[in-house]
Order: sequence, then C-alpha cells, then structure tokens
Amino acid sequence: MSIDAKMAWRNIWRNPRRTGLTISAIAFASLLLIFMLSFQFGSYEALINSSVKIHAGHLKIQAKEYQNKRDMHLIVPDPSAAGKILDNLHAIDAYTFRANAFSLISSKERTYGVIVTGIDPVREAKVSSLAKLIRVGSYLSEKDTDKALLGELLAKNLKAGPGDELIILGQGRDGSIAATVVQVKGIYRSGIDEFDRSTIHIPLKTFQDAYSMRNSVHEVVAVCKSLRDVSTAKKNIRKVINNQTNQYDITVLDWQELMPGLFQGIQMDLISGIIFYVILILVVAFSILNTFLMAIFERTREFGVLMAIGTTPGRLTKIVLFESMSMTMLGIIAGIIIGSIITFYFQVNGIDIYGSSEILSQFGISGRIHPRLSILSVFSGPLSVFLITFLSALYPTLKIRKLRPVEAIAYV
Amino acid sequence: MYLQIAWRNIWRNSRRTTVIMIAIIIGVWNMVFLGALMRGIVVAMVNNGISTLTGDIQVHQKGFRDDPVIENSIKNPELVENMLNNTLPSDARWASRVRVSAIANNARHSSSVTLVGIDPLREADISFIGSAAIQGSYLKPDDKNGIIVGQALVDKFETKLGYKLILMSQDTSLEIASRAFRISGIFKADLEFTEKKFVFVNMPVLQQMLKLQNGISEVSIILPDHQDALHVKNTLNAELPSNLEVNTWRELLPMLNAYLKIYDGFILIWYLVVFIAMGFGIVNTTLMAVFERMREFGLLKALGMKPGRIIAGVLTETLILLLIGMATGNILAFLCVYALSGSGIDLSAFAAGAEFAGMSRVIFPVISVWDLSAANLVVLVLGLLVSAYPAIKAARFTPVEALRHT
Repeated sequence: MSIDAKMAWRNIWRNPRRTGLTISAIAFASLLLIFMLSFQFGSYEALINSSVKIHAGHLKIQAKEYQNKRDMHLIVPDPSAAGKILDNLHAIDAYTFRANAFSLISSKERTYGVIVTGIDPVREAKVSSLAKLIRVGSYLSEKDTDKALLGELLAKNLKAGPGDELIILGQGRDGSIAATVVQVKGIYRSGIDEFDRSTIHIPLKTFQDAYSMRNSVHEVVAVCKSLRDVSTAKKNIRKVINNQTNQYDITVLDWQELMPGLFQGIQMDLISGIIFYVILILVVAFSILNTFLMAIFERTREFGVLMAIGTTPGRLTKIVLFESMSMTMLGIIAGIIIGSIITFYFQVNGIDIYGSSEILSQFGISGRIHPRLSILSVFSGPLSVFLITFLSALYPTLKIRKLRPVEAIAYV
Repeated sequence: MYLQIAWRNIWRNSRRTTVIMIAIIIGVWNMVFLGALMRGIVVAMVNNGISTLTGDIQVHQKGFRDDPVIENSIKNPELVENMLNNTLPSDARWASRVRVSAIANNARHSSSVTLVGIDPLREADISFIGSAAIQGSYLKPDDKNGIIVGQALVDKFETKLGYKLILMSQDTSLEIASRAFRISGIFKADLEFTEKKFVFVNMPVLQQMLKLQNGISEVSIILPDHQDALHVKNTLNAELPSNLEVNTWRELLPMLNAYLKIYDGFILIWYLVVFIAMGFGIVNTTLMAVFERMREFGLLKALGMKPGRIIAGVLTETLILLLIGMATGNILAFLCVYALSGSGIDLSAFAAGAEFAGMSRVIFPVISVWDLSAANLVVLVLGLLVSAYPAIKAARFTPVEALRHT
C-alpha cells in the first residue's frame, strides 16, 4: 500500500462514528437498489413467462394483418411448410398450430359469444400451459374429436360442466354456416378473467372441418428455449419466409409485437423506477456530501502544514479522494453483500405482498413474486451510487487548490 | 430565546447547513411530488372505475352479480325508484339500466359486447358516457334505432357513423333476439377496453327487444362524496326488500380496492426509504455540529445549564433545519404539481402500456391531505427522533472533559 493510501485509510478512521454513518448511508442505497431492481426484473420475468405460457408464445407465424384484424380469412395456408422452418431452427423448443373464430356457444339455457380456438392437443401441451390449467375434467387427448375445453368463468355463465353438450354456431371460411356439437371434457382456469370468460378450445381437426378451413390454420405458435433466443430466431424465420415466394403474405411476430401492452408496461415501470432511484441517490449524495466537506474544512490547519513542508495540492487532492472513495467502496461492497443475501433469501422464498394476489392473478401470475438476482441488477445500482458519490467528492477537493499555506496554518 | 440561539448556531457553518438542507429539500420534494403523481394515477383509476358504469353504489336483484343474465333482473323497478327518491340525499343522482351480454355483428365482423340500455338524460350525470367526447350525437330519448359505440369497436368493425350494426342477445324466454341499430354516435373513453366493450341504446328499446317489460338490471347511484358510500348503503339496505342487494364501489371493484390498499402501503414504505437516505445525513451533520462545540457545551454545563436545556437547544436547531427544508420542498413540489395541472403528463408514447396497466393516457398529479401529512410527519417526527442521538451526546459531555478538549 502506498504511503498516500495508508494515510487516507488512517484519516478516515480518525472519526469512526462519522465514517460509519457515511458508509452505512452508501451501503443502504446500494442494497436497496439491488433489491428493488432484482424485484422488478423478477416480476417482469414472471409476467412475460406467464403471458407467453398461457397463450401468446414467444413467436407467431401468421398472415400479415391477422394480429390487428383477426379476420378468419387471413390464414397460414400451408402450416406444415411453416413447421419445417421451425424444425430446422435449433433455438425453437416447441411449436403448435391454432385456428380461431368468433362464434356463438349455446348450452341448454344460455348463449354467449366467444372465441373458439382449434388446437393440436399434443403439440399445444408442449407450448402453452393449457394442459396444466385444467381444474375439472381432463385435457384433450390426441384422438378426441368433438370435445371441448372451457374457461371456468364461461362454464359458469353457460351453466355447463364436463359431459354437457354445447352447440357452436359461427361462420366458416367460405362463408357457409359453421355448426357443430361438442362435449365439454375439461374446464381450465388461468386467473386472467378475460381469457377464462371468453375462450373455448376444441381439437384442430374438428375446427378445420366445421369452419371449412381445409388444412389451413391462423397461427403457428412457437416457444424458444430461452427469452434471449427470440430475436435471432425471429430473424432466421423472417429470412426463410422472405425467400419462399409462395409465403409472401406470411409474417413472423415476436412477443413484444404480440403483446405491445406488456412490453410498454414493463418499459414504463422501468423508467419510473429509474427516476425514483436517481432521486434517491441524489438525496444520499447530499446526505454524505457534508462528510466529505468536513473532512477538508476541519483539517485546514493540517493541510496548511502539509503544504508548507512541500506537499503539492495535487497530492493532497489525491489523498482526499482516496479517503472518500475508500468510504464509498466499503459502503458499496457492504451493500452488495448484504443486498445480495437479502435478495437471494426472497428469490428462494418469494415475496407475498399483502392483498396483491388478486391483482397479480389478473396478469396471470399466481402466488408470490420471486426477485431475480442478475449481474445487471446487482451492479447497475451500486455503480450509479459510485458515480454520483464520486462527483460529490470532487466538489470539496476543488477547495484544496484555493488553500494558501500561511492563511491555512493561521486558521483555527 | 431558544429559537434565536438555535438560528444563529445553524448559520455558524452556512455551507454545511445549506448542504443538508438541500438533501432535505430534494427528499421532501420527491416525497410530495412523486407521491402526488402516483396518487394521481390511482385516483384516475378509481374515478375511471366508478364512472365506467359502476357508480358509488349499485342496486341489483340478488344473484345478478354472480350470474349477470336477464332472468336476474329487478322486476319491479318503480318500487326501488320511489324508495330511492325518498331516502337518498337530495344531491345524490341515480339512473336505472338494462345490461346484457350480447353479440355485435356487421357484414364483416362479430364480437362480444355488453349492450347497455340507458335513460340518456339521467345517465348523462352518472357515468362517463355523459361527458365522453362523442362524434355524431349523444343518444336522443326517443331514438328507436340509434346506438352509441366506442371508437375502438368502430375501427375493429371497419364501420362508421350512420352504418348498421346488428345486436344479438338472449331474451327472457331464452330465445335469441336480434335487432338492427344505426350507429348514431361514437364515443372515446380513457381505456380502449371500455371502447370495445360497451354499446348504448335507449332502455325501452332494449326492454322491448328482450321482452323484459319494464324490468331493469341495476340502479347506479352517484353520491356527492365517495366516502359516504358505506353509510348510504346501510340506509338503503334497511329500506329495500330482501330480494335486492346493495353494494358499494369497493365491493363492486375489488381489484381497485386492492390497488388502493397496496398503494397506501407502498407510499409509506417509499417515504421511509427516502427518509432513511436523508436521515444518515441529518444525524451526521448534527453530530459534527455537536462535537465541534464540545467546549461550548462543557462551558454551558459548568455554568449550570441543565442537560434537558442542551437537548432542547440541539433539537431546536434540527427543527429549524427540518422546517425550512420541508417548507421549501413542499413549495417546490406544489409548483411542480401546479405546472402539470393544466396538461398533465402525456403517456401517449406508452399508450399500449398504460392500457395494459389500466391507467389513463394522461396523468394529473393529485395532492391528497393524507399523503401530504404522512410525508411531512415522517420527516418531522423521524427527523427529530434521529437527532435526539447527537442531542443526548451533547448533554452528556462533562464539563471537565469538554473543557479539556480543544
């Protein structure tokens, strides 16, 4: 350790109480930021995963404009060709085919308008969590025809349960009347009211027959092995689609385009969070600025002596910066350690915010929120604390250059 | 006397005092201003919820809330209406509605909507539709074919003013009733969801279509003060026949109620966090000020000053610091709120995100007495509490050791 560092180190412990308080303030800010950022990232991940799993998927191949218009004439005419593209991509974990139509559903007593979705039971189970959401009855099997899965709220509205027959009445792709009778096999609950109230799933084959779809579908839904693979996978799929001339009106959308609300909601939350944190760090910076200031003004005499025996102002500045930065580093390290431990505890055990389960279930998150530690959440907060305290430590050192040895020694 | 001494003491080192004061000012400004913004978001959500066909209080036939179908409507509305006229406070307003789940169709599209039959004159004072921006015209009381729909629905259906829209729903004899309407007005709402979900027609037309005679689904009541809801509910409950049920908006919108509670908890935690951040500075600065004056305190004690008066002296210094900081912070926050009160913060860039979170597209800050007093009390009480530590330290200096200290 150089002599300067040694001096700085001894200097900061000349007043252990003050140093302790300053370090605590920095540690507090760092650990709070680590926890809050991890908490935010954890809840975003839960949000994205649940939305992706319940319905949307990471990527969808569909006709251009289908996302906005939901027009049943906008089809993917050759789903197996699209499937082949996905088969060749390493990043794709699983994919499935879906077809949707708005139709009337009637039970013995009631009639409602809902979205009927045709699914491939085996493939669907690998892509979405539908199979796991079944609360009553059972999931569709491969050979099922004319069976249906019903949202819990819809089942309640229709007063229908497993075994009951429902009449589906809609319009086929060719303009003909699509009518079919299905038997309820299972009832699912996702927690998202809108989904549970207005959707019904039937086997894709039954759907294609009833709605004169032939072999076409509306969406090819894919999930990637991880969220990070999505953008590359999307690029690759787009490249292949653009090269195949017979697929010119087909496009691929990622989860951000499929659920713009979710994506923007996350951006908004993150931005407002950052504003909060910056202001908090500013408060901390002013809180500790006094320590840095006093470290100089208290020692005017001492600095005068040091300068009189030949210490350059530059060297004094260096020592003073050493002092403030070693306090900052101690605080940040303590903050990172304690913050990571606390966050890790909640990452394992989850956090239950009182009364929030109802709200969370509207967004498809069940139960507790688990914060998620990451390099970003652990280091970005403390790094900003470091930068801002460094700036506030610079201000007092400017005063050193103005010191004149003779006056400084005379200063009491 | 105390005040004067304390005032002079804190300005003995003006730089230090200014620095800690800035910390307090930023902290208080942040608490009050950002608190007002968050409160604005929640208040907008609640107002939106109440004005989107909820009202402060609703009366339903028992069973309707659980199973909102036409069979569960109120069969004898005159009785309820007479009673409301007699028991409600004179400045309360109410309106009856018929509300059914229906399917809207045109040549190209169909979608499920909530078809609402309203009394246009009464409804105008009750829910958002009365004050919504409407292209075309608001429902006229004798209009038999007119329907008002949301902008988002119009876009989705690729239709426009004056075009036909067919509505289908189940009538009281469980048959499918359908009727064609002409779009006479297009409304805009805060949430796209509302624009897609609700369509409005005249109540008698809907009653006829559903063979409902004069039955209604609900009565929605708006009170001059939201806080009275529970009280009025109890009065109504005592008067109304037992086959009806009365609910306040808190029961009707459990999600919003939960939001409010979480928000109240969250803001208090946030206040504490900001306070802790400046608390370290307050303690540290006061400690410095005290230790610097160790000799002085020793001398005072040697002259016979009681420790209690020394504590009071130091606390007065902190009090002045806190009060000036709080006053400035509050004034700055109020100025910011005032600056935003005209145009608000426009979230159009995040329209889809705001919709997802159920927020309005424009945020207006709202200063509530509760938030304001909570913020200031946290700073004042905790500020004095933490500076008790240096104050007690000052009171404990013994004359001998203090006078020896240089």
